[in-house]
Amino acid sequence: MANIATLKPGSTCLLMGNEAVARGVLEAGAGVASGYPGSPSSEVIPALAEAASQTDIYVEWSTNEKVAVEVAAGGSFAGIRSFCVMKQNGANVAADFIVNLNMTGIGGGGLVIFISDDPGGGTSNNEQDSRTIAKWIDNPLMEPSSAQEAKEMIKWAYEVSEAVNLLTFVRGVGRISYTRSNVVPGELPRKAQPEAVFPEIWDRNNPRKSRFTSGPFPVFHAPLHEKLEKAREIFETSPFNSYTGPEKPELLIIACGASTSYCIEGVNELNLEDRVSVLKLGTTWPLPEKLVAKHLKTTCKVLFVEEMDPFVERSVMELAAALLPETAHLTFFGARSGHLTPYGELSTDSVIGALADIMGITYQPRDRAYEEMCVEAAALVPGRPINMCPGCPHRATYWAVKNGLSLDGRNGFVCGDVGCYSMGFAGPGFYQARTMHAMGSGTGLASGLGKLGRFGLDQPVLAICGDSTFYHAVMPALANGVYNNSNFTLLIADNSATAMTGFQPHPGTGQTATGEPAKVVELEAVCRAMGATVETCDPFDLPKTIDTLLKMMAEESGVKVVIMRHMCQLVKGKRKIAPSWKMHVDGSKCLADACGCHRLCTRLFGCPGLMVDGETGKAAIDEALCAGCGLCAQICPAHAIIGEEV
Amino acid sequence: MRPGKLEKEPYNVIIAGVGGQGNVLLSGFIGAALVNEGFMVSVADTFGVSQRGGSVASHIKISRKTLYSSVTLKGKADLLIGMEPVETLRSLAEFGNPGIISIVNPRPFYPSGGVAYPDLGEVRRAIERMSSRTSYVNVTEEALKMGNPIYSNIILLGAVIGAGVLPLGEESIFPLLAERFPGEILEINLRAFRKGIELVS
Repeated sequence: MANIATLKPGSTCLLMGNEAVARGVLEAGAGVASGYPGSPSSEVIPALAEAASQTDIYVEWSTNEKVAVEVAAGGSFAGIRSFCVMKQNGANVAADFIVNLNMTGIGGGGLVIFISDDPGGGTSNNEQDSRTIAKWIDNPLMEPSSAQEAKEMIKWAYEVSEAVNLLTFVRGVGRISYTRSNVVPGELPRKAQPEAVFPEIWDRNNPRKSRFTSGPFPVFHAPLHEKLEKAREIFETSPFNSYTGPEKPELLIIACGASTSYCIEGVNELNLEDRVSVLKLGTTWPLPEKLVAKHLKTTCKVLFVEEMDPFVERSVMELAAALLPETAHLTFFGARSGHLTPYGELSTDSVIGALADIMGITYQPRDRAYEEMCVEAAALVPGRPINMCPGCPHRATYWAVKNGLSLDGRNGFVCGDVGCYSMGFAGPGFYQARTMHAMGSGTGLASGLGKLGRFGLDQPVLAICGDSTFYHAVMPALANGVYNNSNFTLLIADNSATAMTGFQPHPGTGQTATGEPAKVVELEAVCRAMGATVETCDPFDLPKTIDTLLKMMAEESGVKVVIMRHMCQLVKGKRKIAPSWKMHVDGSKCLADACGCHRLCTRLFGCPGLMVDGETGKAAIDEALCAGCGLCAQICPAHAIIGEEV
Repeated sequence: MRPGKLEKEPYNVIIAGVGGQGNVLLSGFIGAALVNEGFMVSVADTFGVSQRGGSVASHIKISRKTLYSSVTLKGKADLLIGMEPVETLRSLAEFGNPGIISIVNPRPFYPSGGVAYPDLGEVRRAIERMSSRTSYVNVTEEALKMGNPIYSNIILLGAVIGAGVLPLGEESIFPLLAERFPGEILEINLRAFRKGIELVS
């Protein structure tokens, strides 16, 4: 990853969309940037943090997205251009603040939020379309179609934000955030940041800017709609809206975001350049109605291509209804007609499918004989379930939980949470995590379930969360449990990093986003101060961990916390910490199918570093993968897996 | 293919592997080298299951004229770099066509969770049948000989460059290796890269 501060203006670089966004933030001259890690948005803050020493910008990882946007809004109130970044779920956390910020408006510095959505849900546990929030709170929204455009759009978003005095959203998707492509950096501003000052209370020349209170809302709600109409006017002539194709097309495609290039490629692939046109909308809320109305008059058929919710589709159909009877001749295709889906990720192939159907074309990418080979090949290829890494401490934690619950014998269960340990709901965590919702929800659920003893619930209640998740959203739930005298055991899987999203630091790591030393907000101290009983274990010490779990579950009341502390194996790798053990299998002890363990190590335990030797049929260590954690030596009933201390 | 000359517009490359094998590193080298040579490039990597043992693929679309979307159309890949046999076949089934060239690391990476791996011979025969040309390069084996499986993707990079299937020569890669591997680790990575070239020559 290149340092985005040192890229040469005018040169061509290969940049990830998230890096291009970060470069846009620098080119816009923003002085404050904040965020919480969440794929597909996680790389923006690290790129800015790396650039922070060469540029005049303050960069932080905040404890959660609501705090992050508050930090950025503080910058705006004091007159500094500010930036905030999050994934779609983060927008929900931030919403409580944002739905008031629309009323107060921003300060003297523009405020831009980049939200990266995840169509297809590759890195998320939901597939929500965050564009709705812009409509919900009447704030402007734009969607880039490439990395280069993302960079330009961030810069322009500051102009819009300052022109209408509103927070402005730039919405990406995983495909924009993670695609690396040619980007030409622009100049970085030469002038220093303005002096930050919270406005004087009795500044009569600027009464609106002297306070940021969302009530009394009747005073602010009407001006908000005036601001939105002003944004619409600006959007009518935005450089990010463009039209390609014949003047009077048989079919007009209205596209936005990543889908735009799918449309252009699909039209080319089917040789429809003379019959089909593409209206690309970079500004999607408020809809530039005059621009869209002008193009609706040129055609009889309209296809909407956008990922997830039919957001633009509904806005345009609403406009078409308002323009009746002028628009009575139009037929609409898109999510509503079933030509594209309002879920999942789109592709050029899905656009080709829709175009072929509407235009009455047959499209066959490969001949039949080859297609048959493909079907045979696909049948031969097994699924490849995702797993925890070799040496992952979560595997040890869940193994301890599985055995602890089994020894306890009262049908105890674990409320899961969001992080690498989410995999606890499936094979890698031995199906131990039984719920998964939002960050911190496991503990909130446990707090409620731990109160149901009076109605006969006599199963031990456990919750699990990661260290970063603990600071993000678990603390209020834990306080709730202690305050209401609930009965549950919280396991904090402390692997010293926000591992799922790329090892970002957090309040427990002693380091800030820019690498400066920070006070450690200690997990043990926080939990004890809240009134919980606290124990700390290394999950790789299985006997002690299982004993601790049994002891905690046996306690009849109160909130118990077990901190499962062991560094993420990938962080160990990055810090070049050598493996503790050199593993091998003693072929004379492994009885393979004759053992009666039913291949406990490869089938159930399932560390990727273990395999079955094709020749002997016995267990074997995959040298290319084994991390030398030594855990498998503790689980083999025949003691055939041997670890030699390195 | 000669350095700087693109034989097809766009030229579609797929790197198929398993999360953790380093396909993002490989696609990054190839993408950056292509940009330095003046090509328009889109590189899309599977995200989410990297490092976690799922099947992953990087798609690289190369053009002289325009920036394309990053994902290959069904049946339209020109070059398949397979870091693992089953993953090679998975990508062939979706993106293969009679003209595709496959360069494959023949060492299996077994799925976890008790999922059975198909007969390797059958997988190899299917790959060969579905490709116009197949080269196997034992990169994991060679990397283990060099002392660490981590070198396998740089060896594979050398093999791909040596095979002349990209509009890139070894000179386009050297400065990138020097940038990525500063200090004493450069030498072993250069050795790995040259080993890859040697394996296909």
